[in-house]
Amino acid sequence: MNDTAGVPEIEIAGVTKRYGNAHAVLESIDLVVAKQEFISIIGPSGCGKSTILKLIAGLAIPTSGTIRVDGMTPQNARETISFVFQDATLLPWRTVKANIGLGLELEHAPNERREKEIAALLELVGLKNVAKSYPRELSGGMKMRVSIARALATNPRLMLLDEPFAALDEMSRDRLNEEILRLRAEQNWTAVFVTHSVAEAVFLSDRIVVLAPNPGRIHAEFRVDLPASRTSAIRNSPEFDAIVTRVSHTLRETLRQ
Amino acid sequence: MKQRAITVLNALAVFAALLVLWQLILWVFHVPPFMLPSPWAVMRAVGARFPSLLNALAITAEESAGGLAASIAVGVLVALVFAQSRWVRKMLYPYTLLLQTVPIIAIAPLILMWMGAGIPAVTFVAFIISLAPIIANTTQGLISVDENLVHLFLMHNASRRQLLFKLRLPHAVPDLFVGIRIASGIAVIGAITGELFAGSGRVGEGGLGYSILYASSQLQTDYLFALVLAATVLGFSFLFLVMFLEWYFLHRWHESARAPEAE
Repeated sequence: MNDTAGVPEIEIAGVTKRYGNAHAVLESIDLVVAKQEFISIIGPSGCGKSTILKLIAGLAIPTSGTIRVDGMTPQNARETISFVFQDATLLPWRTVKANIGLGLELEHAPNERREKEIAALLELVGLKNVAKSYPRELSGGMKMRVSIARALATNPRLMLLDEPFAALDEMSRDRLNEEILRLRAEQNWTAVFVTHSVAEAVFLSDRIVVLAPNPGRIHAEFRVDLPASRTSAIRNSPEFDAIVTRVSHTLRETLRQ
Repeated sequence: MKQRAITVLNALAVFAALLVLWQLILWVFHVPPFMLPSPWAVMRAVGARFPSLLNALAITAEESAGGLAASIAVGVLVALVFAQSRWVRKMLYPYTLLLQTVPIIAIAPLILMWMGAGIPAVTFVAFIISLAPIIANTTQGLISVDENLVHLFLMHNASRRQLLFKLRLPHAVPDLFVGIRIASGIAVIGAITGELFAGSGRVGEGGLGYSILYASSQLQTDYLFALVLAATVLGFSFLFLVMFLEWYFLHRWHESARAPEAE
């Protein structure tokens, strides 16, 4: 049915990135992400986590090595990619509704389709009551919901999320994590999720990639063997704790070198 | 609401106290009326010469508004050019500083020579003097867009046009209003200064600046005061109009545009 079914969603081969003549931010990165896989990238500050996302999005160009998204160059694949930034990055002069519709508008989607998508998303992310509000009237968690809804509006096959919940309190963060899993289960996109939080990475991911700094490189990988459909209860299970402990231990290793 | 009423009452009380002080100075020091007329005499002058006062006010208002409108139009266009690249800014920025630092009084005779006395010359002075803040603030607004927002637009393959009209321009509107607020005050000052040099004495064409010059030469100090009062009213009206528009367009989404709180 799908002629690209056999192609992985993302292929990163031997990628090095340096800015100017400075030392490499990333060195010899090899990473393959399967279709509909959810992977988290975790690592200490300055290990190039965000740079990987920018490279996949085509917002930065690798110094050497190649990146393919669904078999295409990142620039050509952009239509299928959505990016969620650390800040909600909403347009303050637009209402929630108009913010969610931004991507469709820029891509010249017909009005009718835009209205339909927006209405469905407002329902899906629980923003119906604030559709006509402006961003400054919303809490941090609500703004993030708008940002996620905006990313989903263009029906992405690949979601790149750059520490989207780092600025939120723990309660909002946990709730949005559950929301992300629910949305993914419904829409089957692939996700690359950058985070500082081990618990968040374990809760969300099929696989966790640990980066080490100076230069940024892949230090270790973990498969998260938890059931595919996860609820908040899983955070209290011994299996969950065991993985968190292992990943945290490895993460500390990267700092000791 | 109550807070605001108190603020207004306070301001009125200060005004009344100043009037009393003014009158006291006249009584205690026996100042002759041609040096300092009484508040009452100023009010009488306003009443007696109301039509010509209003006429002068209307002319200066027209010149200031024309100058301001031109500086907004030209200023935004120049800012759009400046926003194109760092290179362009580096090359052209010194000239906007020139615009700001050349004393208008020094070039007023030139303008008078080129354009002749009258409303167009004065409007031009108001335009020149109010241009720099519009350029500076709008440019700042156009180039200070968050990098991630630009990335967001790029992810949707946004065109240069879309980047400009859907991101940079709306983002610059609050800064543009800051520029207009500053410019509105100096446009009025510019028009009055311009009239001191290039105001026309033709019947019905003399604005506030020209009338001030005339009144002082005739030692009509009470009328002079009335003219100064009119100039102040004009400046305030401009400022309030701009602040109202700013509030109207921005209050729903921009923090700075909310009604200033009484402290």
